[in-house]
Amino acid sequence: MIEPRIYDLSSPGRMAVRLPESDVELSKLPDHLVREDLPLPELSELDVVRHFVRLSQLNHSIDTGFYPLGSCTMKYNPKVNEDAARLPGFAFSHPFQDQELSQGNLILMYQLQEWLKEIGGFAGVSLQPAAGAHGELAGLLIIQAYHRDRGDHKRRKILVPDSAHGTNPASTTMAGMEVIELPSDPRGNIDLEKLRQICDETVAGVMLTNPNTLGLFEEHVLEVSKQVHGCGGLMYGDGANMNALLGVVRPGDLGFDVLHYNLHKTFSTPHGGGGPGSGPVGVSEQLIDFLPGPVVDIVDPGDEDLPPLYGLVGPEKSIGRVKAFHGHFGIFVRAYTYMRMLGKAGLRDVADHAVLNANYLRVKLRDTYHIPFDRTCMHEFVAEGRWADAPDIHALDISKRLMDYGFHPPTNYFPLIVHEALMIEPTETESKETLDAFVNAMLSIAEEARSRPELLKNAPHKTPFGRLDEVKAAKELVLCCQPVEVPES
Amino acid sequence: MEFPDDLKYTKNDEWIRVEGDSGTAGISDYAQDQLSDIVYVEVTAAIGDEVEKGEAFALVESVKAAVDVYMPVTGKITEVNEALIDTPELVNSDPYGQAWMVKFEVSDPSQLDDLMDVEAYKQSIEKRSN
Repeated sequence: MIEPRIYDLSSPGRMAVRLPESDVELSKLPDHLVREDLPLPELSELDVVRHFVRLSQLNHSIDTGFYPLGSCTMKYNPKVNEDAARLPGFAFSHPFQDQELSQGNLILMYQLQEWLKEIGGFAGVSLQPAAGAHGELAGLLIIQAYHRDRGDHKRRKILVPDSAHGTNPASTTMAGMEVIELPSDPRGNIDLEKLRQICDETVAGVMLTNPNTLGLFEEHVLEVSKQVHGCGGLMYGDGANMNALLGVVRPGDLGFDVLHYNLHKTFSTPHGGGGPGSGPVGVSEQLIDFLPGPVVDIVDPGDEDLPPLYGLVGPEKSIGRVKAFHGHFGIFVRAYTYMRMLGKAGLRDVADHAVLNANYLRVKLRDTYHIPFDRTCMHEFVAEGRWADAPDIHALDISKRLMDYGFHPPTNYFPLIVHEALMIEPTETESKETLDAFVNAMLSIAEEARSRPELLKNAPHKTPFGRLDEVKAAKELVLCCQPVEVPES
Repeated sequence: MEFPDDLKYTKNDEWIRVEGDSGTAGISDYAQDQLSDIVYVEVTAAIGDEVEKGEAFALVESVKAAVDVYMPVTGKITEVNEALIDTPELVNSDPYGQAWMVKFEVSDPSQLDDLMDVEAYKQSIEKRSN
């Protein structure tokens, strides 16, 4: 073990903080609240700091290396976001503070709602959902509430393309609705003929990820929208890939009725273990009343002497609260800062450079790696990690070997419609030099796959741990933070 | 890869073996190869259930993906392979034998005509692999 578990570093009686002798009488906790069976580790402050810093050094992060994990938009998280989030006025505010004392926070939330409305072409936004899939669930509940409110109880089906995000069918099931899979056509678009066949009065809506997980812009989106609306359904947009569209296309203009944003992807707030997500939902005019609440609005327009007063209001037919308090407020501050720093033109540049970088990699790799849907991509593309003359090599082996070159692997085996899928998303924050280094690594690995396949099969070689036994990890879950007896193997 | 010629196959890579009125189903060698190491199998249908053709009766999970397994034809479940709960890897090692998933009474034998024979199935795999 490179780094022992924190329990193994424990020494009885050691502690990080010594409080002065109490000069008042101690009051004991009630007996039923006292536990004896909770052996927390006992360490000095220095032990704790070293333990966690060492662990962090074993990890790969966006601050240490390139992270082309497809569909996750692992872009750089600017440090100015962290500065803003640590301003005492934000950091030390409390959700139970009076409205009058929270005006700064409420204005920030209001402004963020307004910008997200503008960026997506929506009439209303709720910041509540805690992450992308949570936004999906909220959006689906909004769609359900809309149909029920019209007295239409037949609509239980959600159409989900086979190139959608994996969370879409899961969210649909979670919302108690039925998933109907829509196949892709040879260009990676929705098969319109199939859509025509299944779109009827039992369809509540379609969940479309655009650009989809092939990194392709859905060329039929207007036709899909027309058909789905034509049969009385609504259009749900998975905004996880909004990075490619910022300032270029507004989903609301394409006919989407609901869309969730991922502040932790598109708007550069930390994720992948670095911080909580945030998945605000935007909706069209007809759905505003159903938004999860509360949302921020101007509750008193003010006058010559008094500024407007901002407050929390509950939409009229709201699906209710989906998150404690006001959502992940600290993340709102970071996303707000990001938008302020870039401005309107800068946000547009994000999309342009994200698309440029992805296409640069695609073209550099296309002669070596087969790209099944090889047309101009958006922010990401999907290559096949297999070659006829290297029959034992799989996408997984390529990914593991990439770690030896210091890169985080791309997303593996998704979407399922591509064999041995490697889904690559460079994001806009990488330089040409970094992209070239990645291309060189990918080309070297393709060569090694033929000349020294064992280098790939046994990779990674340079990481703190070698190839992990994923089958064993999946079958023998050890979900326990206390020392456990590990049998000798 | 092996594809026994006494079986019928679906486009979703299930196989069915018919003996008299009784059918047995599982997933093909190609399916297990694509999924790689299987770590979990759950037969979601219970004995006595009437499961429609195309309806999911099991869930198979590998280190790569989780997929539903669909009934090749409508049938009433008579037996479920409990061994797969503890030894899902049988799907990798013996997909047509020990890794059968359900046995059932075939409700409508005419549905068998819609399924692929071994040659048609091999061709469909060929087409998909390229």
